Amino acid sequence: MIEFHLDDRTGLSPYLQLVRQVRQALRVGLLREGDQLPTVKEVVSSLAINPNTVLKAYRELEHEGLVAARPGVGTFVTATLADTSLAAHEPLRQELRRWLARARRAGVDDESIEALFMTTFRSATDGEVGIA
Amino acid sequence: MSAVLRAQELGKSYGRVRALSDCTLDVPAGRVVGLVGPNGAGKTTLLNLAVGLLTPTSGTIEVLGERPAAGPEQLAKVGFVAQGAPTYANLSVEDHLRLGARLNPGWDDAVARDRIGRLGLDLSQRAGKLSGGQRAQLALTLGVAKRPELLILDEPVASLDPLARREFLQDLMEAVAEHGLSVVLSSHLVSDLERVCDYLIVLVASQVQLAGDIETLMATHHRLSGPRRDPARLPDDQRVISASHTDRQSTFLVRTDAPILDPSWTVGQVGLEDLVLAYMGHTTNPPPDRPTERPKLEVQR
Repeated sequence: MIEFHLDDRTGLSPYLQLVRQVRQALRVGLLREGDQLPTVKEVVSSLAINPNTVLKAYRELEHEGLVAARPGVGTFVTATLADTSLAAHEPLRQELRRWLARARRAGVDDESIEALFMTTFRSATDGEVGIA
Repeated sequence: MSAVLRAQELGKSYGRVRALSDCTLDVPAGRVVGLVGPNGAGKTTLLNLAVGLLTPTSGTIEVLGERPAAGPEQLAKVGFVAQGAPTYANLSVEDHLRLGARLNPGWDDAVARDRIGRLGLDLSQRAGKLSGGQRAQLALTLGVAKRPELLILDEPVASLDPLARREFLQDLMEAVAEHGLSVVLSSHLVSDLERVCDYLIVLVASQVQLAGDIETLMATHHRLSGPRRDPARLPDDQRVISASHTDRQSTFLVRTDAPILDPSWTVGQVGLEDLVLAYMGHTTNPPPDRPTERPKLEVQR
């Protein structure tokens, strides 16, 4: 069982924070197939959040095929993210290192690198999924 | 799902003072609705109209499809905890539960006693001797055990310390999860509502300035900053909520359903609190060159 937490300063909506925490737990192997997620009532009473927020997060995870709800029993993990994405991390990290080195050689300072990454990331994400 | 609260050009005046005017709302069922606004904006008036303690001067209001307090059945479907969580100081907790059971046809005694037990309240204790937090919890218990379809709470956490506030909201959300009730709660603090509400109504100077699903509101409001620009030169589909200018820079809070494509803007997310403040006509960072000028609400078109 995992425990959720909320960070008010991330600017991320609570429902997205819950979705991400489940995905992260799946990636690092904290959650495995067959594990049960906390019930809506448990999350609600520990975080003092709206039950609709939890339901929305669980629906999203269900839609992604990561969990399945068994009516009257709870929500269970049905897939894992661990193998596929962890394996991809290392080559991506190397590429990113090379890119960072190139940016520094070009005289771009750290703050500009961060801004460049964030704006590109945001525009790419907006273009792909169409979320604001 | 039908609306829990529907108002059409609802208005209420006390003599010549307008407490609420032109209020048109359509709040869907199953929501936790936050009603925010500065003191004196008309929040309590709107809630009292919704429970039938006041009658409208103009317009109409329907709660769960009927006129508020239309009859015993309608009264049983709506729970109300007035401002300051009023209880009977001389009656014990037990007396309050018995009173609740006698006065409410749908009273759920198991729910009431279970909640009182979990809260650790002494049944023989007089309500007047309870702490503010305990009294608020007792009032909430009565509201929940009545098993209403809609629970209306007027400033339920205003007088509570942060811990009691958290516990109260946790309990309220548990009740929502368990019984699937709709909730309308008012507050002048947005931070209280951020986690618990999924629908927001902003009331300022007796008028509804904003109402809608919080996720949608967050996704359609953006902060734009960039080179100074006349708001009239913004695209037609961007509604300016607030604007501030220095001699070179302009910062706008705009509402739009379309993505912001203009590359000269730095686009930022707006937090719920800033969003509400913008609609209230305040500004957290007044422009340094004109610190006393209030942003104009007239820019809304």
